[in-house]
Amino acid sequence: MAAFLLRRTGRAALQAALGASLVYLLAAAALDPRAHLAGRAPRPPDAVVDARLARLNLDPRVPPSARYRVWAAGVLRGDLGRTLDGRPVGPELHRRLAVGVRLVLPGAVLGSALGIALGVWAAARRGRAADLLVTPLTYVLAAVPVFVLAVLAQTAAGAVNDAAGVRAVTWTDDTASGLLLPTLVIALAQAALVARYQRGSTLDVADAAFVRAARAKGLRRRAALLRHALRPALVPQGARLPHTAAMLLLGGMLVEQVFGRHGLGAWLAASVARGDVNAVAAVGGLAACAVPAAALAADVLHGLLDPRVRPA
Amino acid sequence: MTRVAAGLVLLAALALLAAAGPALAPWAWDEIDFTAFGEGPSRRHWLGTTQHGRDVFAVTVHALRRSLLIGAAVAALATFLAALVGTVAGYAGGRADRALMWCADLLFVLPPFLLAAVLAPGAGTLALVAVLAGLMWTSTARMVRAAVRSLRDREHVLAARLAGVSAPRTIVRHVLPALASLLAVDAGLNVGAAIVAESGLAHLGFGVRPPGVSLGALVADGGPAVLAFPWRFAFPAALLVLTAVAANLLADGLRDALDPR
Repeated sequence: MAAFLLRRTGRAALQAALGASLVYLLAAAALDPRAHLAGRAPRPPDAVVDARLARLNLDPRVPPSARYRVWAAGVLRGDLGRTLDGRPVGPELHRRLAVGVRLVLPGAVLGSALGIALGVWAAARRGRAADLLVTPLTYVLAAVPVFVLAVLAQTAAGAVNDAAGVRAVTWTDDTASGLLLPTLVIALAQAALVARYQRGSTLDVADAAFVRAARAKGLRRRAALLRHALRPALVPQGARLPHTAAMLLLGGMLVEQVFGRHGLGAWLAASVARGDVNAVAAVGGLAACAVPAAALAADVLHGLLDPRVRPA
Repeated sequence: MTRVAAGLVLLAALALLAAAGPALAPWAWDEIDFTAFGEGPSRRHWLGTTQHGRDVFAVTVHALRRSLLIGAAVAALATFLAALVGTVAGYAGGRADRALMWCADLLFVLPPFLLAAVLAPGAGTLALVAVLAGLMWTSTARMVRAAVRSLRDREHVLAARLAGVSAPRTIVRHVLPALASLLAVDAGLNVGAAIVAESGLAHLGFGVRPPGVSLGALVADGGPAVLAFPWRFAFPAALLVLTAVAANLLADGLRDALDPR
């Protein structure tokens, strides 16, 4: 197991490093930081702009490969470079990431748990009222983009506030009540997706020989499903972890934006518009690390859930 | 089968609306009514106007047309790429297989919104289509590869190879037809996914460039003002969700109908 994990960790690290490097090279080649600095009023002298770009390792006259070497050496030392305004990228990335995590993580965990429960419930009651209610609902909910869901939630909250006559529900601050609406939106979107897969994977194993054996032993259907079918039915869910991580990262950016938070999404959009290569590379690098990390977590989870993949 | 029918009917209705809507609307999509800024639905403007005095119905059906075209183009291109890479990797096996799948893995690691953000601005809708398709083909390619690997050793393919048929011809004549249903289903799913993906990009400001409009751009535009001007948000958002539901219904229904399990 240790050797397997070590190999997988090495592969994930290689993927993350390659992904982050590609992102930096793309951003360095495609973005134009000079226009932003030179476009200020009053217009600074060219020499000033050039000196500033050179100091920030953004000089367009230096080939991207040379800039990349400077950037990569910095990243290895834990220095992500500086933004166009000369502030260090690292602390800003940290702050923006915290905004997103506060907004997304509780909803994602809650939604996954709810989705698994709903999926198993719908599968256990296949064709009965509960299934006929839950399945179409999750189907439509899964097709509603998260930013539409967020606006709908705000509209509903606005109606509640109007009816109550006070601002009972707010969503602009990071207090517990201010985080309620974003958490709810993420949880609903996540639950709908998870429930659809969970229902399918539970039905796939519900008729397997080992579940029938458990029933033949005298276990009730409910106990057989929970004790014997739930665990194998979670395996496909674990395999979707990298995909979920990528979705949540993008969904988080969109939800942040709809709820007026200045998180990673707003920073990325502004940085692309400014041509701020170091900031764009930081956000991209984060994403490029998140997916391989999630893939690694999925491998570990698979090992925990499925004893057959564990070497003796 | 009812799902396929429902999806088809819904998609046909949307396509009809996109095709005939601009002719139905009494206003052109880029026409500005200087007497009506941000007004609610009325007989003059069926679904109200935007803050710039554009007719919401006219703009939205125009955007629907644009979004459907983008979705169809992305799905066609992504499915083509997936079929190409998946069959070559699955059929050739060995080193070519490993190299191609490694590239697909790397593309999955790269953040899609970032690529679109960095590459698409400045370029037109075609670049947007290329970027979206370039990011969406990898999962389909993986499925195609798996299917081709099992098809490769079937009798009818072996017979063709033994008869001296060249590899490309074998793939086109004997392998691809067996994959047609899988590809059709995935293309359907990709249409919906591409339209939603473009909407997400539009929210971050990286979608279709103004003055062009897509459903996503309209939703992103109307969302923040939804409490004051609900009509600017409701119609485009409803069409966006309907399109996604229709594409999913069609694809899921087809998959279940074609999959003998």
